[in-house]
Amino acid sequence: MSASKFRVLPRSYAQTEGIQRSSLNTAILVTLFVLPGMLIFLMFFLYPIGQSAVFSLYEWDGLGPLTDFVGFANYERLLDHKIFHMAVQHSLTLMVLSLVIQLPLSLGLALIVGRGNLPGRRIFRAILFIPYVFSEVVTAIIWTYVLHPDADGLLNTLVRSVVPGFTSAGWLGNPDTVIFVIFIVITWKYFGFHMILYMAGLQAVPDDLEDAARVDGASELNVLRYVTLPLLGSTIRLTVYLSILGTFQQFVLIWVIRQGGPGNGSQVIATYLYKFGILGFHLGYGSAVAVLLSITMLIFSVVYQRFVMRRDYATDASKERIR
Amino acid sequence: MTAQRGLSLTLLLRYTILILVCVVMMAPVATAFLGSIRTTGEFLSSPFGLPQSGIRWENYTNILNGTGFWRSLVNSLLITAGVTFLNITCASMLALVFSRIRFTGRNLLFNLLSLGLLVPVVVAILPIFIQLRRLGLIGNLLGVVLPLAAFGLPGSTVILRGFFMNIPSELEDAAYIDGCTTLGFFYHILLPLSRPALMAVAVIQVINSWNDYFVSLLVLLPDPNQWPLPLGIQQFQGQYGTDWAPIMAYVTLLIIPAIVFYMFTEKYIVTGLTGGELKG
Repeated sequence: MSASKFRVLPRSYAQTEGIQRSSLNTAILVTLFVLPGMLIFLMFFLYPIGQSAVFSLYEWDGLGPLTDFVGFANYERLLDHKIFHMAVQHSLTLMVLSLVIQLPLSLGLALIVGRGNLPGRRIFRAILFIPYVFSEVVTAIIWTYVLHPDADGLLNTLVRSVVPGFTSAGWLGNPDTVIFVIFIVITWKYFGFHMILYMAGLQAVPDDLEDAARVDGASELNVLRYVTLPLLGSTIRLTVYLSILGTFQQFVLIWVIRQGGPGNGSQVIATYLYKFGILGFHLGYGSAVAVLLSITMLIFSVVYQRFVMRRDYATDASKERIR
Repeated sequence: MTAQRGLSLTLLLRYTILILVCVVMMAPVATAFLGSIRTTGEFLSSPFGLPQSGIRWENYTNILNGTGFWRSLVNSLLITAGVTFLNITCASMLALVFSRIRFTGRNLLFNLLSLGLLVPVVVAILPIFIQLRRLGLIGNLLGVVLPLAAFGLPGSTVILRGFFMNIPSELEDAAYIDGCTTLGFFYHILLPLSRPALMAVAVIQVINSWNDYFVSLLVLLPDPNQWPLPLGIQQFQGQYGTDWAPIMAYVTLLIIPAIVFYMFTEKYIVTGLTGGELKG
């Protein structure tokens, strides 16, 4: 599996192996060093996820013993539940919006901030990135104020000062549009992360290649189109991957801002799982949601890494050979 | 001549766009700060105004004189320290084994760990809640620390492993010839040489655990004495409703350390997020 090779830039490294020491010593050392980490990882991550596959086959409030075996009934109910459909649809909406708006925006800003010749570059990078460091709860509270439905919410005040006679809007009050407003908040907080990745990728694009294209008479747009972007390919493929995985992680911002409401308008898969699975004490049902999401993401990850990101690893290997 | 003008025009355009975007990015934060030093009334009538009747320190002193804030601060510090220490210790030991020692089952273990990078952490929340309850860790800070350390383990290990692999094996050979044990090599040579990578990994863990809300919500919600800051501020907001000035003071109290932390660790944050790639 190539998951071990997440990286922004292709890099070559010498595959070094320690010299063989006596096998008993090695065995003891390996055990001592592997045990704590793997134990924590298995007990608090992998094993519970695996267990939820079992829970998902039961009707279970989480308190008594597992007795009420229902087979795949939880899954059937889930696939029939209208609110679950809405949650999936909203998660997919967020995913598509991230791919077509957030990533190009991050890339554009990374190109504008550029590669290090722009005075003030570090300050711009800091300001654009800093929301990433803030906690999601703080972000959600600040934006709750910005989007407050009363006349004195920040956005309402601002719009009124530009558009006279503007009656205050409840930005988060409309079930049909709330997910787009949430998307703006997510973008505000997270696009800096992708921008940083693009900036890292750009540093690895040698500017003599671009200069050569310019000398040959290519316009700036063509340099971008035919030189810079193709060279950024591996970074773009990585950010697409992280963005998709990240979208399905979104919980805290959405939950603190609106708890998935109004009218389930901002319900996504994670908030659905929390609301109907955990708060509603339907732990078997919630497990079914978790299993469905893990399997989907696992398949997506494996397929994406095999077929889309594969060439990035291929470049790695060839580079290694050249050196 | 024209080329130069073209150049400065692009530069002007770049600056205009950047400054505009930065203003939009900073407006919510700036209003939060301005709100925190005024009364709610002043704040709401002019979000960007300055205090009319002197800085209203009460917004801050009310929070700082109460016990809730300090208790949450201590809880947050404990969680952050615990997660970071546990994560770094386990990850560096795993990374050593995965990068330097050959043994049967190594690839299997590493692939198992890598599975953690392929599924969103959110799906683990419900089963982990059940697991923690079975272990009696609900309402215990350890119940937050252990899962958070586990979530970050695959990423930390992969970054450190990459870094360890880049340290030339000649160094290891030389250490052994000089009579160093594997443990000695790890402790006296590998770890000190890897300080930048360790810092990068640690900084990411600090950010994630300091900001954690979801796991704390599941594990610590029933006992206000154990709330970390994210739960504390949410409760505070619920209590004050639309009395924004004190809420914004609390927000500012949480934002300022985040900004200071960023300024001091910028290099490591960037390195950590880009998997150890970017300098500068």
